[in-house]
Amino acid sequence: MADATLTGPIPPAPGGAAARPPEAGPMLAADGTPLRLSLQRSLRRQKLRALLLIAPLLLFVLVTFVFPIGDMLMRSVDNRIVPETLPRTVEALAADPSPVPGEPVFEALLLDLAIAEERKVHTRLGTRLNYEWAGASSLFRAAGREVGRFDHYADQMRALDPRMGDGAAWAAWMGTPDAPGPLRGLARSPAAYDEWAALTAAAGRDPLDRAPADWVLTALALDLRGPLPPEAASALAPFDPAALERAPIRDIFLEQDRKWGEPGIWNAIRLYSGPFTPGYYLAALDRQLSPEGGIVLRPATERIHVFLFVRTLVMSLVITGFCILLGYPVAYLLASLPARTANLLMILVLLPFWTSLLVRTSAWKVLLQQQGVINDILVWAGIVADNARLVMINNQAGTIIAMTHILLPFMILPLYSVMKGIPPSYVRAARSLGANDWTAFWRVYFPQSVPGIGAGSILVFILAIGYYITPELVGGTSGVFISNRIAYHISTSLNWGLAAALGALLLVFVLILYWTYDRLVGIDNVKLGG
Amino acid sequence: MALPAYASAGQRIWHYGFRILCGLIFFYLIAPILVIIPLSFNAQNFFTFTPEMLALDPAGYSLRHYRDFFTNIDWQLPLWNSLKIAPMATLIAVTLGTLAAVGLSQSHVPFRRAIMAVLISPMIVPLIISAAGMYFFYSRIGLQGTYWGVVLAHAALGIPFVIITVTATLVGFDRSLTRAAASLGAGPLRTFWRVQLPLILPGVIAGGLFAFVTSFDEVVVVMFMGAAGQKTLPWQMFTGLREQISPTILAAATVLVAVSVVLLAVLELLRRRNERLRGLAPS
Repeated sequence: MADATLTGPIPPAPGGAAARPPEAGPMLAADGTPLRLSLQRSLRRQKLRALLLIAPLLLFVLVTFVFPIGDMLMRSVDNRIVPETLPRTVEALAADPSPVPGEPVFEALLLDLAIAEERKVHTRLGTRLNYEWAGASSLFRAAGREVGRFDHYADQMRALDPRMGDGAAWAAWMGTPDAPGPLRGLARSPAAYDEWAALTAAAGRDPLDRAPADWVLTALALDLRGPLPPEAASALAPFDPAALERAPIRDIFLEQDRKWGEPGIWNAIRLYSGPFTPGYYLAALDRQLSPEGGIVLRPATERIHVFLFVRTLVMSLVITGFCILLGYPVAYLLASLPARTANLLMILVLLPFWTSLLVRTSAWKVLLQQQGVINDILVWAGIVADNARLVMINNQAGTIIAMTHILLPFMILPLYSVMKGIPPSYVRAARSLGANDWTAFWRVYFPQSVPGIGAGSILVFILAIGYYITPELVGGTSGVFISNRIAYHISTSLNWGLAAALGALLLVFVLILYWTYDRLVGIDNVKLGG
Repeated sequence: MALPAYASAGQRIWHYGFRILCGLIFFYLIAPILVIIPLSFNAQNFFTFTPEMLALDPAGYSLRHYRDFFTNIDWQLPLWNSLKIAPMATLIAVTLGTLAAVGLSQSHVPFRRAIMAVLISPMIVPLIISAAGMYFFYSRIGLQGTYWGVVLAHAALGIPFVIITVTATLVGFDRSLTRAAASLGAGPLRTFWRVQLPLILPGVIAGGLFAFVTSFDEVVVVMFMGAAGQKTLPWQMFTGLREQISPTILAAATVLVAVSVVLLAVLELLRRRNERLRGLAPS
């Protein structure tokens, strides 16, 4: 292949270096440039052309496949919903280490919750926190429903001063961040007002014509407790903040639900307040964060994933083992028969290989059922009593029988191609040196076929641990794999973060195997029955 | 592996024992596929052989499940969806895949190993993970539940097979042929169309068949990616198997077995043609 670099404008040099006159300087190409440069340029051009040919496909696979998977994996650590929905609460909690926080945190929570309710995201937040503290979902849903009635201040304020219900007056007080009004300097109310104005505008209404929401008024009432900056006081005059009858917001929350007064929900918010979380990975390993921030096992009733991972691995190993046991003799027979017969028998391997997965799974479903063909035959032959038909489906046995059948060709094909390359003369030599049949096979033939076993096993194992369809259809509950759990979390429980974390763990495992396979066999050496 | 005349009794037993064992394994491989064919002609709504069928009574057999398969909209719509999705996905996979395989088979490709690993990954990554990732991403860009979303996803899944088969064919391709074409004045495009492509065509077709079957058989990704309007045949079979609807599934399965027999025959012909060409070409 070395002469492939000589494409391009270089004419064949008859005799090469030997024909070169001894007195000449660096060897020159036909166009007068030094040959080394010319070759380099040609090589570069060749590399570029190869990359240009590959680029469209690489781009296609990256965009349609690799990127989506990376994007999904990001979900496994994404926790932005908590800090983005409860920004004020998270900030106030950071300053309050007591197990059940005090008034400032509840004030922050009221505003956050009111805004979240307006944006209809409080239920999603509740769902998120519910993964970490059971009860959060109902707590947030109920609080969101009632948060409108939490308002102790809004009615008082409107009664004291009609301007409080006037959008135009508020606009003048607050101004915009670029052109600040007299109340811009206050702590809570400007941000609350901006939020409300943005939500109102987004709903297609003019904030100038609308009465600000109750929670905007509450924010202002909370701001008016201390001494006011002079420009704020003069803008609000004659409104007198001292006339407001005050009450702790904390009590209103506790009255709505006593759980707000327990440490549970606050622990959950504290532990999961960052934009990223290890929570889903911990859940995928049946663990969780303790209130102290350590990692502890989940309660026994919630542990399932490690068990499923182990079951997936063990069953995949069993299936791989069966594939070796059944595949080795067949591959050996095929490799030792004359090509004509072998090609004919190969059809028996290739037909299942080419037959739809669903067809093969339906076949097993039909065969293995209690009223199915195999049980019928056993009953007819008198091996099994009619009332004691074997249960071979919707359990582990069903999954193993069907998956071994489906994956067996993936074992036979690489084994066969390795065995084809073992020279028969080695075994004959062993025999002539006095080895008996078994020794000749075990000491001479078998070691040479090990690469085929390795290639086939890794391939079968990789395919097995990711299986979904067959376990779903013939596995019942005791024969399902981790993939089925991932599908459950995506389409039924909608806990996408956990699904992504489980997927990431499975993917890491598969990629390690893939890498090993590439090392041992080389991915371009995969044989597909051609 | 013929048995020599001087073989001992033990060797004889082992010889025939081994063949019987292999026969049983072949039986395990092929019997499940063959058994559904007679069952699909069942006159009853059962998934097993009725006494009439075992007695070879013509009354026990009928074409009713085939009639159902070919007339019922619940089966016809998925069948047509499959037939619309698979060729388009195959076209994309084969076009891009063949180009890339030609690029990959050049003698100096930077990062060849890494590129290869990325291109083969759709075959290795568990389908449920691919399906989940594509579902989230495609719904964000509005392709979830559309024809093109399913086609793009299936094309990505079929690409590894095209790459593997076409690069394997290119290994045996004699490079001096392209140089000969170039020296006779053909440009790179003309060389590709008139010299290289006809010679690697068996590999390209084989890769295309793989890509087609991948899309035609695929059920996990399409269940996540597709809406009811994109329901494919395997999807319908999956729902049918879950809900135990009717033996029409077996009729559908038999039709699919017939399709795979045809595919296998085409591949075998290609393999023979390839062997013949290789036998003629000095390598």
